Amino acid sequence: MAITEQDVQASEDAPSVNYLNNGYGLKSWLLTKDHKRIAVLYIISISIFFALGGLFASLVRFELMTPEGDLMSSDTYNKVFSMHGIIMVFFFLVPSIPATIGNFLVPIMVGAKDLAFPRINLLSWYVYVVAGILGTIAVVGGGVDTGWTFYTPYSSTYSNSNVILAAMAAFMAGFSSILTGLNFVVTIHTMRAPGMTWFRLPLFVWSHYATSIIMLLGTPVIAITLVLLMLERGFGFGFFDPNLGGDPVLFQHLFWFYSHPAVYIMILPSMGVMSEMVAAVARKRVFGYEFVAFSSVAIAILGFLVWGHHMFVSSQSTYAGMVFSIITFLVAVPSAIKTFNWTATLYKGSIVYDTSMFYVYGYLGLFLVGGLTGLFLSSMGLDIHLHDTYFVVAHFHYIMVGGQVMGYLGGMHFWWPKITGKMFPDICGKISALLVFLGFNFTFFPQFILGYMGMPRRYHVYPEEFQILNVASSLGASLLALGYLVPGVYLTWSIFKGPKAPDNPWGAKGLEWETTSPPPTFNFEETPVVTEEAYQYGQIEEH
Amino acid sequence: MADHALHHDHPHGLAHQFEDMPQQKESAVIGMWSFLITEILFFGGFFATYLIYRSYYPEAFFEGSSHLDIPMGAFNTIVLIVSSLTMAMAVHKSHEGNKRGILVYLTLTGILGLTFLVVKYFEYSAKIEYGLVPGLAWHPHGENSPQLALFYSLYFGMTGMHALHMIIGIGLLIWVFVKAAQGTYTAEYNAPVEIFGLYWHFVDIVWIFLFPLLYLLGTQGGGH
Amino acid sequence: MADDHHGPTVRIYLAVFASLMFLTALTVWVAFQDLGMFNDVVALGIACTKATIVILFFMHVKYASRLTWLLAGAGILFLLILFAFAMADYVSRGWLGMPASHYLQ
Repeated sequence: MAITEQDVQASEDAPSVNYLNNGYGLKSWLLTKDHKRIAVLYIISISIFFALGGLFASLVRFELMTPEGDLMSSDTYNKVFSMHGIIMVFFFLVPSIPATIGNFLVPIMVGAKDLAFPRINLLSWYVYVVAGILGTIAVVGGGVDTGWTFYTPYSSTYSNSNVILAAMAAFMAGFSSILTGLNFVVTIHTMRAPGMTWFRLPLFVWSHYATSIIMLLGTPVIAITLVLLMLERGFGFGFFDPNLGGDPVLFQHLFWFYSHPAVYIMILPSMGVMSEMVAAVARKRVFGYEFVAFSSVAIAILGFLVWGHHMFVSSQSTYAGMVFSIITFLVAVPSAIKTFNWTATLYKGSIVYDTSMFYVYGYLGLFLVGGLTGLFLSSMGLDIHLHDTYFVVAHFHYIMVGGQVMGYLGGMHFWWPKITGKMFPDICGKISALLVFLGFNFTFFPQFILGYMGMPRRYHVYPEEFQILNVASSLGASLLALGYLVPGVYLTWSIFKGPKAPDNPWGAKGLEWETTSPPPTFNFEETPVVTEEAYQYGQIEEH
Repeated sequence: MADHALHHDHPHGLAHQFEDMPQQKESAVIGMWSFLITEILFFGGFFATYLIYRSYYPEAFFEGSSHLDIPMGAFNTIVLIVSSLTMAMAVHKSHEGNKRGILVYLTLTGILGLTFLVVKYFEYSAKIEYGLVPGLAWHPHGENSPQLALFYSLYFGMTGMHALHMIIGIGLLIWVFVKAAQGTYTAEYNAPVEIFGLYWHFVDIVWIFLFPLLYLLGTQGGGH
Repeated sequence: MADDHHGPTVRIYLAVFASLMFLTALTVWVAFQDLGMFNDVVALGIACTKATIVILFFMHVKYASRLTWLLAGAGILFLLILFAFAMADYVSRGWLGMPASHYLQ
């Protein structure tokens, strides 16, 4: 680890009052308007939902160890995978990086004292908590069995489970995410420090800006879709009811208008995390900064034009399908730009083999596989074979878990000293990154093969010849679970027993590393003035 | 805004996270516009549904529309346009820091908003009486009856969601009114009045589209 | 941003109000004229005109920063994307001569 005397000196000179110790007691947390404390509240609450969603995932993998349905009935299995999906998507993946690391870092990175609307930020957390409670009631009170997609007419007419409650929970979680996105857009537009021009912003901020655009433009459409579903189910109104001449496929159109871009809500923030980490571990400015910045915005916009690729085998017209298919292929361009540019950043960099580096390598590998298999699925002909098989399941887990969760964990490690003011043992970080990478591949790579061989998703009884791969996948899942538990242990340990973190433990560039660890309540002693572009690593001396 | 008591050197109404009043006001306006974007797309889901079913079932939609009360709809349109004018005037007065002006025009706006809701109440009552509420009180039996239910689902969904926004708007109006009565708003600090105005005008715009799409459709008797 | 020194005057507000009332009367009147398919076009055209007037003057966008224009424009653009791509499906369902849908028509 690269800690210089200067760093130690700086942290000893730092004012002792910071955002963590300027007030104690429950009230100082629950009524806080400090974006850093709200970020910590979010970290705690999304961790709870991650654990809950993970519990349902392990039940799924447990059931799939054998070809027969011996652990649970078909109805129970339907509920278990639905609740895994709903909890993971709406309560973990969508808020994960933006509401936690993003909430903590966006104001600091632009050099502001706080987000533009601190009270709205706190409100968003409360809305999220209420949504989470509603979701939990839906789960405890019998569960929901529609899949996370709530497709009509099953959800509106036939399902006997808590659809309205779960839809209401998703609706409110969406509202919380709108409030976060709104805060980011306004903060990035109006609160940048003197000298912080758009092209001096860290790429983390660019990717959060792109994410916020999607949150603002997409989330209201899922909100109205869920309202229509609730009206139809609750009051007997007809919007998608075939008996009235309504079209269930219209529900899918409206649903995916948000839910496809939502995939980019999940992946874009982790791309921002990776850009910061790649530059820090390679000690180089991110190669092609402008291209990486604009590719985030391009992904956000193109993401709205591709939703029909989820509906190739619905009664969607073939012509519309062709258009959606072609535009879907185009999304690969900005994604590839990012991957190539990160790789080019590593080239001839002075690479530091610490925890961050392990997470960066892991992310690059998993995102590459996830992204390329997306191209298989965007070809209409091949999708007819692969649609609703485990190939799809494996593909989106490579993006959402391999990409997003890897980015989330990597980012948590990278900024942990800043958030808590404590260091974690580097060797533990490396072990956890390795466990996650190996466990992930053991879990999900077999599912590509299973899906290609024709195993459909959402069934718990399957032919015997699929058992070996399913058992492999379940064993991999145990390893993956271990990979997620280990950081929970040593990161928690570090809060109490870890050595004190210097202001800039990684020798990284960026405004967040210029303030103290943890930062003071208003982030900086005085408003910083920015005089250079991001990632000027050439000026840092080699340690 | 709740923090201003802590910072006596700051101008009245300046929250701690902002450097100066123009930055705070710009943030408020941009924040409201960002919120209105979400509102555009929220109602957009309804309008897309309307567009698609309308193009598939024109006859049923004409028939459904012909049962709506054009005079009441037109009256409510006028009520909302007048309320937009009074709201714009309230914002204008807030720029002058004219407390009495703000209060007068906000009162007028609130009364007009309530008028709209009262008219809407009578319209809904009539529809319930005639059995034109899908799922709850539905009497039509004709050939077009199922598709007619689609139209009325959309009618109640869209106008109901609009009315809900009116009710929220009146709630916000009362809050702005109380703050104004306390003398919170000055020529320098008036962003809440301004962004509430944006919200109110937006709700008006939604109605500007709902009126022709729902009410005026049936006047030609499905002649095309 | 909206600045009271460059914002609209009361006279402008009254003129805007008068034109909105005129357009409301016009749209009701036109609805009772038989223009064939143009009834819809005219009604929507008038509604869009009214909405534009409200946005530009009552909502001060005419006097606002480019960012406000961008935000208002982005909302409308993505609304049109929703309409266009969803309609693209419904319009082209019958083109291959296969049953368009089990449910529709």
